[in-house]
Amino acid sequence: MSTETISAAASAEATERSRRVPGGLVLSWRQFLYWYTFFYRTWRGTVLSAILGPVMYLTAMGVGIGTLITHGLPDGVTYLSFIAPGVLAAMAMQNGIFEGSFTVLGSVKWAGNYWAAVNTPQRPQDIMFGTAMQGLARTAGMSTVFFCAMVGFGTTHSPWSVLALPVALLTGAVFLFPMMAFSITLDSDQPLTVVFRFVMTPLFLFSGTFFPWQQLPEWMHPIAFITPLWHGVELCRELTLGTVTATSAAIHIGYLLVALAGGVALARRNFSRRLYLHR
Amino acid sequence: MPGNLGGVSSSPSAPDVLIRAHGLVKTFPKKHGEAFTAVAGIDFEVRRGEVFGFLGPNGAGKSTTMRMIGCVSPVGGGHLSLFGLDPNTQGPRIRARLGVVPQEDTLDVEMRVRDNMHVYGRYFGLPRAVIRERAARLLDFVQLTDRAEDKVEPLSGGMKRRLTIARALINDPEILILDEPTTGLDPQARHVVWDRLYRLKQQGTTLILTTHYMDEAEQLCDRLVVMDKGRIAAEGAPRELIERYATREVLELRFPLGEQEQAAEKLAGIGERLEPLPDRVLVYADDGEAALTEAHRRGLEPVTALVRRSTLEDVFLHLTGRTLVD
Amino acid sequence: MTSYALQPRVAPRLPGTFGTRRSLRLVERNIVSYRRMWLMFLTGALEPVFYLLSLGVGLGQLIPNVTGPGGAPVTYVHFVAPALLATAAMNGAMYDATFGIFFRLKYGKVYDAVLATPLTPPDIALGELTWCLMRGGFYAVAFTIVASFFGVLASPWAVLAIPAALLIGLGFAGLGMAIATYMKSWQDFEVVNLLMMPMFLFSTTFFPLGVYPRGLQLFVEITPLYQGIEIVRGLMLGAVGPSLLLRALYLALMALAGLAIAARRFGRLLTA
Repeated sequence: MSTETISAAASAEATERSRRVPGGLVLSWRQFLYWYTFFYRTWRGTVLSAILGPVMYLTAMGVGIGTLITHGLPDGVTYLSFIAPGVLAAMAMQNGIFEGSFTVLGSVKWAGNYWAAVNTPQRPQDIMFGTAMQGLARTAGMSTVFFCAMVGFGTTHSPWSVLALPVALLTGAVFLFPMMAFSITLDSDQPLTVVFRFVMTPLFLFSGTFFPWQQLPEWMHPIAFITPLWHGVELCRELTLGTVTATSAAIHIGYLLVALAGGVALARRNFSRRLYLHR
Repeated sequence: MPGNLGGVSSSPSAPDVLIRAHGLVKTFPKKHGEAFTAVAGIDFEVRRGEVFGFLGPNGAGKSTTMRMIGCVSPVGGGHLSLFGLDPNTQGPRIRARLGVVPQEDTLDVEMRVRDNMHVYGRYFGLPRAVIRERAARLLDFVQLTDRAEDKVEPLSGGMKRRLTIARALINDPEILILDEPTTGLDPQARHVVWDRLYRLKQQGTTLILTTHYMDEAEQLCDRLVVMDKGRIAAEGAPRELIERYATREVLELRFPLGEQEQAAEKLAGIGERLEPLPDRVLVYADDGEAALTEAHRRGLEPVTALVRRSTLEDVFLHLTGRTLVD
Repeated sequence: MTSYALQPRVAPRLPGTFGTRRSLRLVERNIVSYRRMWLMFLTGALEPVFYLLSLGVGLGQLIPNVTGPGGAPVTYVHFVAPALLATAAMNGAMYDATFGIFFRLKYGKVYDAVLATPLTPPDIALGELTWCLMRGGFYAVAFTIVASFFGVLASPWAVLAIPAALLIGLGFAGLGMAIATYMKSWQDFEVVNLLMMPMFLFSTTFFPLGVYPRGLQLFVEITPLYQGIEIVRGLMLGAVGPSLLLRALYLALMALAGLAIAARRFGRLLTA
């Protein structure tokens, strides 16, 4: 038990200061701190799987399957070097989708913490951005671990490689916000499973992550081009293999940023609708 | 010792108006068909230091009104201001000065009691040391000090409600808003909550509460409005309303099945007014015993007869023709 | 909380014995509760098909023939399809058993209600197992039908791939159910994932055993998923021998052990 005493004057001053509600992202930052407190106790288990996962993945997919592959890859590129940047972007997407799903649905449906937060100075957009910040922080953490594994496996062939990390995070963000926008409208977790299997898995498998997209049938190429993951995978790969050009980077980043802006707008709108009960 | 729990700084002799509503409306678009009007143009004022109540049955529009006051539901029409600020644009600044106890507990059930206080206080940007000190004091106030390190999940309904009240006080609010504070609690837990709210009232905290329990409204409220179907049916102090809309006493009579209708006819003329309900007949009279004697004299033999004082329930019945809790 | 004393006893019976008919009541409950979730079943059936398309067809174009179970070379899609069926059976059964049962134990309070009827804890364990199996069976049939369009059913034995997938599901459902009764929080699922991920990646799902050094090979060979994959691959590609029966026995024993543990733990958790 803490026996500390705060003088009445100091307490009153703290109250007075709390009445002057700050602007900008300060309120969102407070929501982020909530999540930090929430996850603080459980980070150990997450870190273990976050480190073991990439190592196992690169070993199995890159090294294991790599021994079977004889042709079809760009000249002089090993299968390991081919898939590593792809998986970096694809895992960021997966992370973004997961972080935007159960965290949000649980908060609005089971735990009630969003309903508590709306009664404080928090606005729906603060709750949304704060939750997104924590999702992005975790995605950044996981991506960094994976990137370190990539370096360890010798798959980074260019000084540009280091930029693959922010690009992966951007890819994760592009999926995080629409997923949050979707999750906040739900009342059960069943639609989440459908999204995981129907949207996430096909994207993961067909966006040029595991094999060059050129192998896809011709009619599927336009579909690949409109998926944000394809842009993330391509750019990450160009960066680690050193084949990046200013034009390709501009196109990919431009596309991802537009998609991000759309997702953020949608998430803002849906959070406000749900939390302020615009039924 | 709890001193400044509710935090009212100005003197109660200057009754300044904290909340002002005029022609307040809230309409929800229905998915099929026309819109649903939950609040249909209401006027009220809440003054500093008073306990103000919204009494009405489920679906009367109380919670919707509370959500607008709490700035978590945009004002649909008319005028509403809190502390002179507009809820539609100044939500965060207003909420920084409110304490809200929602109808459903919104506690983090997997966190510990003390952590719930902490994370909530941090939303207001209060320093950790201030939160620690207040949390200890508030948990003591709601008699949860020995559960501070426990998780919330196993707490009883009454304890959770008390924790929610303590949490709502962490920012030293100028107004504490309680939406159905004792709904779903057992009688004993209700009395503990009432006791705590009464203490806050004694300290001069401004309280706003909704309830469909007339005893709750009578015990706690200085002033209240009776709401029905999105409108205000009456306004005043509890005693005042009873005097205005009911007699001093009520005689409740139960008759054997099937005989009530005949009995009601025979009762005509006794007391000021008769109110036949599905299961009993209420006779409004200033002298209940005299009315009962008169009923016996007319040859009526009720199964049970009860004389009691009039309550807000009777006020509501008179105003709407329906009971509060069905 | 819930006690035997509160159970209505229609006919005298030993508490804690299996009643097959009674277990079916629980299956019925799950069918009712999942009836509106057809979309979930549809997507669950399609997921392994996506994998087959991506790995077998897409990635397969980069890979020449692989050494099959009989030593004969097979195409990559032939190699990977049976493994995908087996892993799908494992994943489905494990997630259903761990996630579903943990949720129902901890939050749903479904079993508390169930035990207020004549059903016993072992009935619950058996009922849940049957349910997992029914879902697994549905997925297996759907996948096998799709796989047949890719021409990967090289042998008449392939018909037995469906019961084999069910056996894999049974084994992992038993294991998962037993694990679920020991789980305390959602964080424990990280551990389940840490168990399943290496099995998924390394049990010759995507590449043959020959890739590993001998020491690692032994390690892979003792995993239950490897047994399952070997059975399905053998059946689909027509390399059938008595060793498959031994592998089947392994999975059956795992199912029984899991069921026995789960039944005991259900009893302890729910009637304490």
